[in-house]
Amino acid sequence: MRLVIALPYVWLATFFLLPFALVLAIAFGTNNPDAVPPIDLGVSLKNFTLLFTDDLYLAAWLGSLRIAATSTFVTLLLGYPMAYAIARARPSVRPLLLMAVILPFWTSFLIRVYAWMGLLASNGILNQFLRGTGLVADPGTILGTEWAIHLGIVYAYLPFMVLPLYASLEKLDTSLLEAAADLGASPIVAFLTVTLPQSLPGIVAGCLLVLIPAVGEFVIPDLLGGTNTLMIGKVLWDEFFLNSDWPLASAVAICLLILLVGPIALFQRQQAKNLERQ
Amino acid sequence: MTGRARFTYTVLAFGYAFLYLPIALVILYSFNESRLVTVWAGFSTKWWSALFANEAMLSAAWLSLRIALVSATVAAVIGLAAGYALARVPRFFGRTLFGSLVIAPMVMPEVVMGISMLLLFVGADQIVGWPNRGFLTIAIAHITFSIAFVAVVVQARLADFDRSLEEAAMDLGATPWTTFRTITLPLIAPAVGSGWLLAFTLSLDDLILTQFVAGAQSETLPMRVYSSVRLGVDPQINALATIIVVIAACALIFSAWLTRRKA
Amino acid sequence: MNAEPIVSIAGVAKRFGTITAVDGVDLDIRRGELFALLGGSGCGKTTLLRMIAGFERPDTGRILIDGQDMTGVPPHRRPVNMMFQSYALFPHMDVATNVGYGLRREGLPPAEIATRVAEALDQVRLADHGKRWPAQLSGGQRQRVALARALIKRPKLLLLDEPLAALDRKLREGTRFELVRLQEQLGLTFVMVTHDQEEAMSMAGRLAVMNEGRIVQVGTPHEVYEHPRSRFVADFIGIANILPVEGGRAWLALRPEKIALFAARPNTDHAEQGRIVDVAYEGDRSLYRVGLLDGSMLLVSTANVAREPREPWPRGQDVWLGWAGDAGQRLEE
Repeated sequence: MRLVIALPYVWLATFFLLPFALVLAIAFGTNNPDAVPPIDLGVSLKNFTLLFTDDLYLAAWLGSLRIAATSTFVTLLLGYPMAYAIARARPSVRPLLLMAVILPFWTSFLIRVYAWMGLLASNGILNQFLRGTGLVADPGTILGTEWAIHLGIVYAYLPFMVLPLYASLEKLDTSLLEAAADLGASPIVAFLTVTLPQSLPGIVAGCLLVLIPAVGEFVIPDLLGGTNTLMIGKVLWDEFFLNSDWPLASAVAICLLILLVGPIALFQRQQAKNLERQ
Repeated sequence: MTGRARFTYTVLAFGYAFLYLPIALVILYSFNESRLVTVWAGFSTKWWSALFANEAMLSAAWLSLRIALVSATVAAVIGLAAGYALARVPRFFGRTLFGSLVIAPMVMPEVVMGISMLLLFVGADQIVGWPNRGFLTIAIAHITFSIAFVAVVVQARLADFDRSLEEAAMDLGATPWTTFRTITLPLIAPAVGSGWLLAFTLSLDDLILTQFVAGAQSETLPMRVYSSVRLGVDPQINALATIIVVIAACALIFSAWLTRRKA
Repeated sequence: MNAEPIVSIAGVAKRFGTITAVDGVDLDIRRGELFALLGGSGCGKTTLLRMIAGFERPDTGRILIDGQDMTGVPPHRRPVNMMFQSYALFPHMDVATNVGYGLRREGLPPAEIATRVAEALDQVRLADHGKRWPAQLSGGQRQRVALARALIKRPKLLLLDEPLAALDRKLREGTRFELVRLQEQLGLTFVMVTHDQEEAMSMAGRLAVMNEGRIVQVGTPHEVYEHPRSRFVADFIGIANILPVEGGRAWLALRPEKIALFAARPNTDHAEQGRIVDVAYEGDRSLYRVGLLDGSMLLVSTANVAREPREPWPRGQDVWLGWAGDAGQRLEE
């Protein structure tokens, strides 16, 4: 039994925990382009001060949070009705409906984001559609704007929202709704006072599963966003690969983690609670 | 049709259309005569032939496949151990930390994991001259985040597991290990299989983490696709996308069949 | 014939967190008997059974099986087998493979295993069901497979966890008889756990009544029924009228069937006057609730021996009750 625990423990400690310790150490170092690796170890807060004083970085932090938050919200608005609809569908049909939601999740993330590149290009399908039907005379280019990033995040992360929501809604005891109706609640009131509160764990889980990765998203802003939309994931990437400033990139990583430690802890607490319940 | 049913159908129709329309268009345009995604110029399979002649693409695909097989299998074993430990051992030293370590990769932003693992590999390379960045480092990175997914699936399955079956086996003379081998493992195998498939697809698809730890010589399929699409839409990618969608669909159906059999 | 008890439990206690499941139990179970642990839910009977099987380890005390201290021994090394309440048949093996599981663990040659499996299935009358799967069997059949699987190992002791609970009423009668017959035929010791006192009383040679982790009385069904040693036991087994006597310092347990109804004052040792408050007609007997002059209530049970009773006792009827001097059991607690 001890081996059973030790195996994953050792692996994760070596390849997950230890690396983080390294990132933490490097973040306090300084950049040295001539060294291999290009790091001078030391204790300097230079990187951190830069991250919090430089206008560009501040814009990136705020932008990332803002975009991630709005995208999460929109995903919730779209995902909740879907999850609800699946949970209320006939039991024989439900597995199929769920598989149809999960399939995009199993299909390449990159491909799915790529799909929107074609759709949103200035002569892409979407614009052709809008122009053709006369809805919008000159839609302009959506690709390369923040709108595209929002669309991309909602599209890519929708399955992550629907699945926990579904899990929560499926457990709902329909006799509770019947009791509410019996006591005089209209369907809308019953939804707001019974269904919604009961599905709260699912809402929290779904939002966290979207928000946390979305803040650090790279691919979507890179492929769908423009050069003037800065998200922190891209910043980290550029610092690392373009500027070869590893300590600065590490500092970005640490700050990103600190930013997310609250939501991550919340997610882990939810998971633990779900396990206790089982 | 009742109001409720109409609501359900509308929502689902819109939702699924949103999810599948982009993919459907991608598949459609893989057969487009023209390179442009904006104009339909007639049916053609020329991009498909180009794809299968694309050396760089093929070798990248082969690398990705090998990495995925290795990482899924190792992650399945480690994830099984982790899931089992979390489900069955109520108290042990550092259990909360262990639980966090197992789940964290699921929600960690990949850029953060990427930079941290690269630092580890570079540091190790400096000190002991190993590892060289390539197949091994990519596999290790993939395994690390896949463990979480397998562990979660295994843990959920074990929570539902009828423990009296294990007790009966022990009562009949089976040691704890034999009980696991003859009773528990066969019955949770579909869940482990599902976890393996999930780890496999995640590994095939991974970009960010791979980009950090791959080194100069290795190029996986997502890396190849990414460098291609940065330059714009490419119908060969559309053809590739179609293949991926079909594979994903088959994997998913197989996985669902696996988990249904256990009931 | 070995007179040593086959199971000897001494000073055994078990706690789960803040809950004490078993609180200091001493018990000897004799060879070849059918013993029942009887009690309501939470009384500790299942925990005690599981400690004999080895699935729980006692916090204090010892458990000896056939003279050997087995307190810390894991279940797979005990000469004890258990029939689980849910039967716990392995769903991924057919009936024959299930039954042979224990023998395979002993490392016996396949040919011998096959022969013994066939014998075992024959013994529980499932001879040609070897290739069926558990999911295809009825509840009663599953139980017989579970029984065969446990008995094939020729254990010194067979433990049964609520053996009749999952069966429907009709099946219960037949199975009850079967189990008793099997036990006598094989000469094994059976220890069963049940919350159903009818079950315990009709099957067991001796039984132990448990409450809150302790054994409150051990004895034959007759002893426990007619000579309860506490109000709890008197009340738990069957129905009893508990009357305070000796100015409240003791009680008398009086069974309803020991009281008879009379139209006029009888010349029994005890006689009381009262009025019928309620009648529960149960077919084979009628249970009368009689209000006495001092306001207390007595339950009286009469067997309906005649199809049309000569003296009906309707509600509101004035009546006399009479019982013999030794009809009740004096209780001190």
